[in-house]
Amino acid sequence: MSDSGSTAVEPEVDAASGEPILDLLNGFIVELREAGLPVSLTENLDAMAALRHIPLDDREAFKYALAATLVKNNAHWRAFETVFEVYFSLRGSKYGIDDDSLDPDLAEMLDDERDGVGDGGQGGQGQGGGQALSPEELQQLLLQAMMRGDEALMRAIARQAVKRFAGMEPGRPVGGTYYLYRTLRNLDLEGLMERLMDQSRQQAGRDGEPMTPLEERLERDEFEHRIEALKKEIEAEIRRRLVADRGVEAMAKTLRKPLPEDVDFMHASRDEMVGLRKALIPLTRRLAVRLARKRRHNRRGPLDFRRTVRASLSYGGVPAEPRFRHPRPHKPEIFVIADISGSVAAFARFTLMLVYAISGQFSKVRSFVFIDGIDEVTSYFEGVEDVTEAVHRVNTEADVVWVDGHSDYGHAFEVFWNKWGKEIGPKTTVMILGDARNNYHASQSWVIKEMRHRARHVYWLNPEPRSYWDTGDSIVGDYGAHCDGVFECRNLRQLEKFVENLA
Amino acid sequence: MTDHRFESVSEVREGLRKVDYLADEGIAGIVYLADRLQKPILVEGPAGTGKTQLAKSVAELIGARLIRLQCYEGLDEAKALYEWNYKKQLLRIQASGGEGDSWSEVEDDLFSDEFLLERPLLEAIRSDEPVVLLIDEVDRVEVATEALLLEILSDYQGSIPELGTITAKQIPLVFLTSNNTRELSEALKRRCLFLHVDYPDMEREKEIVLTKVPDITDNLADQVARIVRSLRQLELKKSPSVSETLDWANTLMLLGVDQIDAETASGTANILLKYQSDIAKAVREFAADKAGFKQFAPGPK
Repeated sequence: MSDSGSTAVEPEVDAASGEPILDLLNGFIVELREAGLPVSLTENLDAMAALRHIPLDDREAFKYALAATLVKNNAHWRAFETVFEVYFSLRGSKYGIDDDSLDPDLAEMLDDERDGVGDGGQGGQGQGGGQALSPEELQQLLLQAMMRGDEALMRAIARQAVKRFAGMEPGRPVGGTYYLYRTLRNLDLEGLMERLMDQSRQQAGRDGEPMTPLEERLERDEFEHRIEALKKEIEAEIRRRLVADRGVEAMAKTLRKPLPEDVDFMHASRDEMVGLRKALIPLTRRLAVRLARKRRHNRRGPLDFRRTVRASLSYGGVPAEPRFRHPRPHKPEIFVIADISGSVAAFARFTLMLVYAISGQFSKVRSFVFIDGIDEVTSYFEGVEDVTEAVHRVNTEADVVWVDGHSDYGHAFEVFWNKWGKEIGPKTTVMILGDARNNYHASQSWVIKEMRHRARHVYWLNPEPRSYWDTGDSIVGDYGAHCDGVFECRNLRQLEKFVENLA
Repeated sequence: MTDHRFESVSEVREGLRKVDYLADEGIAGIVYLADRLQKPILVEGPAGTGKTQLAKSVAELIGARLIRLQCYEGLDEAKALYEWNYKKQLLRIQASGGEGDSWSEVEDDLFSDEFLLERPLLEAIRSDEPVVLLIDEVDRVEVATEALLLEILSDYQGSIPELGTITAKQIPLVFLTSNNTRELSEALKRRCLFLHVDYPDMEREKEIVLTKVPDITDNLADQVARIVRSLRQLELKKSPSVSETLDWANTLMLLGVDQIDAETASGTANILLKYQSDIAKAVREFAADKAGFKQFAPGPK
């Protein structure tokens, strides 16, 4: 066998930068670790060994080789990809900043206005005069590229659009999102979608068969897909230019994204929310399997007298083989009381979804939501297979506003106690979700105290970082004094851990 | 020691295509690397995306025997690695009873190959001809049992106290599949190359349909792939897998459909989707235009 066992790698030199590939890889791995990926030393060595077997100028192969050896969890893929893009975006023949891999005609056409844009100024409105493409022409070109799904042309247009509209200047301390926004605003993608649909409708009309709704739907999905691809190209182009301007380390730091399980509920962006929702489904499945296993594997139950006697008959009445009952560990009954006002709504939503997704582990789940009024929403979840939709209904239909729609924990608890307090029994575990920011209303913490007398446990989950507790109008300390435990629950990791201990 | 099985990534890819497995660049690349680095591949991904099929196809490609170890809860050494055939050993002792063999002779005899029952792992490393070892659904065994695999996976050897260490005669290609029902241990992951097999993109799915469903028209395959892609964008309990796509395409062929309309799609949605709420959602989708659907779509507008 050849060299796979050896760990020494000759210092191959990367063509684009002249930097030895080893140094580059080291920086790359340090950045991966910074981003939270657990990369061990052996994996590092594996990556280097793997690189010996693939052509270094094949960027895709390079990427897969690194991914296969360094990333062992699919949830980490996004973080890996970001770091990879930053570190290696300027490398490889196709990906340099200035050579467009286009057919000559196109390159020339776009080239023409390259000069025009250079001094076209801030707005980049492309007053390039006669020789350049006007914005309308660029739009037209884009429309054609989209219609045909011509990827090379799309890539070229993406580059052109960034050059023209983003108004990027070296050293300007603005983030990539700003440039992205400017570029997209000028491209008017919403309008583009409509025009694309018009075109294909016309085309279908000309062919004699107008499109059915289903076909239209599929066509729209296709275009959406292509527009998404265009956006990605634009983002990549902006990133490339930023990296070229600011250097690899600085960019890696600004772009660093937390892993899905570490994303803060309260500050998640919309993309991160989507990522969180995706991460939640496999997580609940894993959790359910784990809990079910734990339940089954718990020690033996008490002696089953009847079956022992029955078994003893085959030994002539000697109870040689004692039989035991299956243990039936007690399943807790859960009351979830959740604040669903503005900032903590996302947290409440995730917790409700998680609790209901594993509701098989509980004998009963009842849920209540409040802002300054409180309402029971258990029925929304009953007989519903799709928890997401139920949660959506909770947020839109539940009657939770009493006076002004600002959190009032005190009032909500008081009403809860009067209406449902008697239904809390010794088997009940109460989970209260919220940041306890009470807008300086009365705390009514006696309700929690009473609850604790009746219930098995009372837990409080707070999505705020511990250091913010009891600052400003947060009175979690007041309530916490009467709870069995107050937990910080800022991300999926913490939430999962709590729920696992609960069941 | 054998030589490399593959010369280049594209060779792997072409080869797999010949045995009707359409690999993308990533899958082929990692199979190639696994051969070069002599490391097992841990294949993870949603159910029904062809994880097990990959191992089978690779075995077919290199003309190796496929040895499969199906994992389940409670799998132990006796089922995975080896076991002594104690009934036979018992017979041996009884048979020698009268003839006065010395005990040491009997003892030597008892722990010889003759009484050893090979289980898949041992079989894979002791085999003379090339083999592909498939350890299926490795996430089903308990964490403690995983340790059983570690010696085999990193050094291609196994230890039997009575016989000593048995080293592989040839390095098998090893595939482990996981449905990700639990986190695998770091130790196991570290020893493997990681491959995440996701749902294929539309073009690849269309190709798969074209390859696997005989006589299907290009147009129909295209429609099938498009509809399935649209469905996967919805928030479903269980997205349609590749195998379900194929089932669906086959059904459409049997029904003699050559153009899918909303009605046909709704009528046969139960083949693609396995939950009532998912089917209801899909039927709504097929009928309604995009306007009524947007609020459930996860993606950015």
